[in-house]
Amino acid sequence: MSEHESKQDVRVGVFVCHCGSNIGGVIDCKALAEYSKTLNNVVYAEDNLYTCSETGLASIKKAMKEHNLNRVVVASCTPRTHEPLFRECITEEGLNPYLFNFVNIRDQCTWVHMKYPKEAFEKAKDLIRMGTAKAVKLEPLDMIMIKINPAALVIGGGVAGMSSALSLSRQGFKTYLIEKEDKLGGRLNSLYKLFPYEIDSTEFVEKIISNVNNAQNLEVYTLTKVKNVEGFVGNYEIEVEQNGKIINLTVGAIIVAVGSSLLTPKNLFGYDGKTRITQYELETKLRNNKIEAKDIIMIQCVGSRNDERPYCSSVCCMTALKNALIIKDKIPYANVMILFRDLYTPGTEYEEYYRRAREKGILFIRYDLNRLPKVEENQVKVYNEYIGEEMTFPYDLLVLSTPLIANHDNKELAQLLKVPLESNKFFLEAHVKLKPSDFATDGIFIGGSAKWPVDITEAITQGYAAASRASTILSHETIKVEGATSSLPEYNKNLCTGCEVCIKVCPYHAIKKTETDEIEIIEALCKGCGVCGATCTNQAIVIKHFTDPQILSEIFVFGGKEI
Amino acid sequence: MSFEPKILGFLCNWCSYAGADLAGVSRVQYPPNIRVIRVMCSGRVDPKFVFKALQIGIDGVIIMGCHPGDCHYLEGNYEAEKKFEMVEKFLKFVDLDKRIRLEWVSASEGVRFGEVVKDFTENIRELGPSPLSGDQIDEKLLEKLIAIEIAATSNRIRAFVGRQRKITEEENVYGEKYPEEQFDELMDQAIRDEFERHRILVALEKNSKSVKELAKELDIDPSIVLEHILVLKVRSQVDFGEIIGNTPIFVRL
Repeated sequence: MSEHESKQDVRVGVFVCHCGSNIGGVIDCKALAEYSKTLNNVVYAEDNLYTCSETGLASIKKAMKEHNLNRVVVASCTPRTHEPLFRECITEEGLNPYLFNFVNIRDQCTWVHMKYPKEAFEKAKDLIRMGTAKAVKLEPLDMIMIKINPAALVIGGGVAGMSSALSLSRQGFKTYLIEKEDKLGGRLNSLYKLFPYEIDSTEFVEKIISNVNNAQNLEVYTLTKVKNVEGFVGNYEIEVEQNGKIINLTVGAIIVAVGSSLLTPKNLFGYDGKTRITQYELETKLRNNKIEAKDIIMIQCVGSRNDERPYCSSVCCMTALKNALIIKDKIPYANVMILFRDLYTPGTEYEEYYRRAREKGILFIRYDLNRLPKVEENQVKVYNEYIGEEMTFPYDLLVLSTPLIANHDNKELAQLLKVPLESNKFFLEAHVKLKPSDFATDGIFIGGSAKWPVDITEAITQGYAAASRASTILSHETIKVEGATSSLPEYNKNLCTGCEVCIKVCPYHAIKKTETDEIEIIEALCKGCGVCGATCTNQAIVIKHFTDPQILSEIFVFGGKEI
Repeated sequence: MSFEPKILGFLCNWCSYAGADLAGVSRVQYPPNIRVIRVMCSGRVDPKFVFKALQIGIDGVIIMGCHPGDCHYLEGNYEAEKKFEMVEKFLKFVDLDKRIRLEWVSASEGVRFGEVVKDFTENIRELGPSPLSGDQIDEKLLEKLIAIEIAATSNRIRAFVGRQRKITEEENVYGEKYPEEQFDELMDQAIRDEFERHRILVALEKNSKSVKELAKELDIDPSIVLEHILVLKVRSQVDFGEIIGNTPIFVRL
C-alpha cells in the first residue's frame, strides 16, 4: 500500500491464464478465478485463454477501467519472460508498473505436476493467494532517470586503449585518452615484429598513433595518471594529473586499458640480461640486428603456470615461435631449441607457425614442472621424458619466456574506480561470459591485457568491444535504471545506528556516509539485490518492491496465520 | 491421510528461479509441496523470514541461490550462506535445524532443481509434521523460537553476521586477518548467550521472576542465569523489581 492509500482503497484484479492447454489442460482456471474473488481486496477476477494475447491485454485494460483496479495480478507463466509485457500494459492504462504482480502457475506448477492435477490446483490457489497478498502491499515506484554525458575517458594509450579511443571518437563522442608514459603505443613500442605475418611493430604502431593524433573529438594526455573518481554511470567526475597539474574531466563512461607489465626473472634460470635474456630483450636485439649466437635455447613458462603465478600468459608460446623463426631466417645455420611444458598455438594461423618451426628444424623438448631444466655456464641440462634420460645442450644465447604480469599500480586504480582485481591483480570483469567487457559497476569497461595477458589482435578486438559497450550508454541522452532499489526512508533514519555494515556488504559501493555522518544510498548505483536490508543491524533499510511486509505477507498467507 | 509437508522456498531471481522455470520447460516432475517466494538475491532472505515461517508451522524452508562465484550480484550468495549458518546454529538448540536447507542451483540446472526439491520434501516428510503445525502446537517450543527470532535479529548477532566476511576474509588496516575458527568460536558463544538471554526476556514478558524461578523454568544453570541477568541489566532490558524475603525479583523493562 502506498502512504496515501488505506486498505479499503486497494482494488486488485486477478487474471488467470489458461496458456492454451499448458495450464488449462491440467487445472481448472475458471475455478481459480472464482477462488481469487474470495481473496482480500480482490474486486475482479477472470480467466483468459491467453492473457498475453491482444485480447487478453485488452481485457485487462477494460477491467482496469470498469472496476477501477489499482493492482493487477496475472497468474500464468513466468515473470522472467512476461513481466515487462504486463507492466507495459498496465502503464498504458495509467497505473504504475510496480503495481503489477506475477504468479507463476505454469513453469513452476502445471508443467511440473502434470500427473497431480488436484495437488497442482491446490498449489495454484496458494500461489495466487500469496501473490495477491503481496500485490495488496505493493507500492508505486519511479524508474530513476539519469542524464548521460556523451564523453568517455580511456585509461591507457596502448593498442587496446588507442583502439577504444579511436572507435569512440569516430562515433562522435568526446574522448579523452590518458597515458602514464611520455609516448602512446605501450608494449608495441618495444616489440620487433608481430605475429602473424611478421608485421613490423614500429610501422604498425606509428600508423595507429598518427590516426589518434589526427582524430577529431579525441584529446590525448601523456604522462598523466588518474587522481580521483567520483560519480556514477553517465556522470563521472574525474581528476587526472599531468606534470603536477590537475585536469578535471566529466565523462559518461570509462574504459580501463592499462595493459600489463613485464616480469624480470630475477634468480630464474641464471638470468643475467646479457647471454641469458628475456624474449622482450631478444626483441630489442633483433630490432637492432645484434644477434650473433649460434646455439640458442629458449625456455617457456619461466615464472608462470606455477604456484606463485598459476596462469598461462598466453602470448609467450607464439612469441617464442615467431622469434625462433626470425632467428632461423637471419642465421640459417643457428641451432634453435625450445624447451616447453605445453605449447599453446590456437587457430590455423598460429598452428601454422608451429608447423613451420618444425620444418625449419627448430627442436622442441618438453620439460616437467617437477624437473626444471638446469642452466649452467654454457650448457643446459634437461630431462627428456620420452627417452627417459637427461640431455645436455650447449648455448651461447638463452632466452627466457616470461609472463606478462599485472601492473604494480592496478590496486590503486582499482580502488579509485571501485572495481575488483582477481587473485593475480589483473582487473576482473563482471562475468567471464555474460559481461566480458564490463565491470559490475555500470559505465566502466575493460579491454586488453589489463584483464588478462592477450596478444595484439586480441587487444584490438577487446579495445573495440569495450568501446562498443561504452557506446551503448553514451548514445543515449538519458538512461533509466531500476526503481526497485534499497532505501533508507526518512521515517527510518532514527533507526540507523551508523554501524556501517551496509556499506561493507554492498557489492556496488552504492552506500556511503555523508559529511554529516548519515548513511546515503546512491540509488543510481544500487542494483536492488537487497543484501544490505537483510543485513542491516537495526532493520532500518527498506528493499523496495521486496519489502519485509510484502514478503512476510506471502509467508503468512501460505502458513495460514500471522504472528 | 498421509502427511503432506508444507514447504516454503526462497529462490533468487537469476539462478534458482530460472532453474525452476527450466525444470518446467523440461517437464521435470517433482513433489507439489513447495511454494516459491521470488527474491532478487538469496542474500535478501532476512533470517527473520525463516523464523517466522517456522513459527507459523511451515514444515520446511529451503533457500536457493546461485553457485559460489556465479552470483548475479557478485557476492550476495556468500552473505546468504553466512546468514544461513547463523540461523542453523540457533535452530540446533530447538532441534529444528533439519527443517531448513540452503542449496545452490543454477539457471541451467532444471533437473537438479527437481532433485533438490524432491530430496528436501522427502526429508521433511520423514521428519514428520512440524511441532508448530496443526491445532495442538508445542507452546514451549514456540516460546523458544520467538526468543530465537528476537535474539537473531538483535543488533549484536546481525552485526556479527554482517561483518563476518570482511573480518575473516580480508585484512584489516594493520594487515591482519582474523582466523575463521576463532571467529566461529566467538560467534557460537554469542549465539548461545543471546539465545539464553532472550529466553529470559521472553519469560519475563509474562511476569516478574527470580533467578531461581527462571533457572527452573528455562532449565538453565542458575549461575548462568544470574550472569545473563547482569548483562541484561546493563543493557537496561531488565531491572530489580521487588525483593521477596532475600530473593530479588527481576522485571522486564
